[in-house]
Amino acid sequence: MKKMTYEQAIKRLEEIVSTLEKGEASLDDSLKLFKEGTELSAFCSDFLDKADLKISELSDIKIDEEVE
Amino acid sequence: MQDVTPTVLTVTQLNAYVKSIIEEDFNLRTVFLVGEISNFTNHYRTGHLYMTIKDENCSIKAVMFRSSAQRLKFEPESGMSVIIRGRVSLFERDGQYQLYIDDMQPDGMGALSLAFEQLKKKLSAQGLFDEEHKKPLPRYPQKIGVVTSPTGAVLQDIRNVLQRRFPAVEIVLCPVEVQGANASKQIAKAIEKFNMLKGADVLIVGRGGGSMEDLWAFNEEIVARAVFDSEIPVISAVGHETDFTICDFVADLRAPTPSAAAELAVPEISEQKIYIKSLDLACKNQIKRMVDDNRVKLKLLMSSRAMQNIHSVVENKRLIIDDLINRMQQSVLLRLSDNKGKIRALCGKLDALSPLKVLARGYSVVFKEEKSVSSVKDIEKDDEIKIRMSDGIAECLVRKCNYEKNDL
Repeated sequence: MKKMTYEQAIKRLEEIVSTLEKGEASLDDSLKLFKEGTELSAFCSDFLDKADLKISELSDIKIDEEVE
Repeated sequence: MQDVTPTVLTVTQLNAYVKSIIEEDFNLRTVFLVGEISNFTNHYRTGHLYMTIKDENCSIKAVMFRSSAQRLKFEPESGMSVIIRGRVSLFERDGQYQLYIDDMQPDGMGALSLAFEQLKKKLSAQGLFDEEHKKPLPRYPQKIGVVTSPTGAVLQDIRNVLQRRFPAVEIVLCPVEVQGANASKQIAKAIEKFNMLKGADVLIVGRGGGSMEDLWAFNEEIVARAVFDSEIPVISAVGHETDFTICDFVADLRAPTPSAAAELAVPEISEQKIYIKSLDLACKNQIKRMVDDNRVKLKLLMSSRAMQNIHSVVENKRLIIDDLINRMQQSVLLRLSDNKGKIRALCGKLDALSPLKVLARGYSVVFKEEKSVSSVKDIEKDDEIKIRMSDGIAECLVRKCNYEKNDL
């Protein structure tokens, strides 16, 4: 699976579920989608489980402090 | 000025003298005055404000220099009732005594409240608060930009909420002063910088509670413009729930407190986990249903008459073929026996026609030199002939031939 953000992954997962629910895809395609969906949900769960709040400072910022 | 030696003065000298007299008066050095502004002019180049202050009967010219005017939070205008602090002096060129305004307050309403109302009205008229400009917040931001004081409780509050609620994000802090003369400019710059660097998916701009003066930076136009111009959605989180600032009105979303802003910025991680599970389950259920459906379809196909009877269909065909073969044989046999009868009849006829039968009836056949003879002209006297009769052959010698004309 190519590198994607949590948002992209969950969006794709939602798409897959809605496609499967429509039931218009062939069995063959559906099985492929199912495989992809399973991978995506695993990715999302893993992403949340490993989440660790990071803090950084906006780099390269120079605030003009002079007073007119 | 004494009678004996009258001094002739120039106008300049006179005005300078009067001015010095006025300025020496302690009471005129600091004057508090209430009145209504009229003939208000904001000099476009110098930034000095010129006006007349009047009551029902009298008026006085007044000026407020740019250095003082800059500190005004509200926009003075004609018809406005004000309380003024200033001094009285003389404008020598015109010999006009006038009021030099150091500061003024709207009468009956705080200057900040008035300024707030004025800016709110102005920006509202310009459409900065319109719903159509509100950008939706991203559902799953990766970077949350925070524009606030690096030392205040706000950052800590936001951090705590995010840690608990959805730690799968990064806080990007842009430290700024949140009160004082520099605050509004710093805040505006920080918002611009975030946009320029695309440093966040959503911004939280805010500070903790305080007096209206403390929160004032968030009521300044420069901040309002920066928030309005921001491509990144902005959540405004200034003070407490009851505090409203111009920044709140322009922002894409107003949060009652900084903690609430953090809550609004991200989903809840346990809910997300449940959501993902539900999506995963939906996938599984759908595919299971699909496989089951197909299995049922297959079963139906297999149990269909066609599939069930495929054997008997073949048998049927075989029966038909057998029948055909049978009928063919029958018809051949029939034809055969038919012919047998005919042959028998023919044999009978043949038999009936057999010369032996003729002989049996008393006829004979005459042979001469092994050839049958049917005319006496073919034989003559002394020929040796054989006569075939029904039960044997007689060898004879011809004595005489009598020809008879056959009339038949």
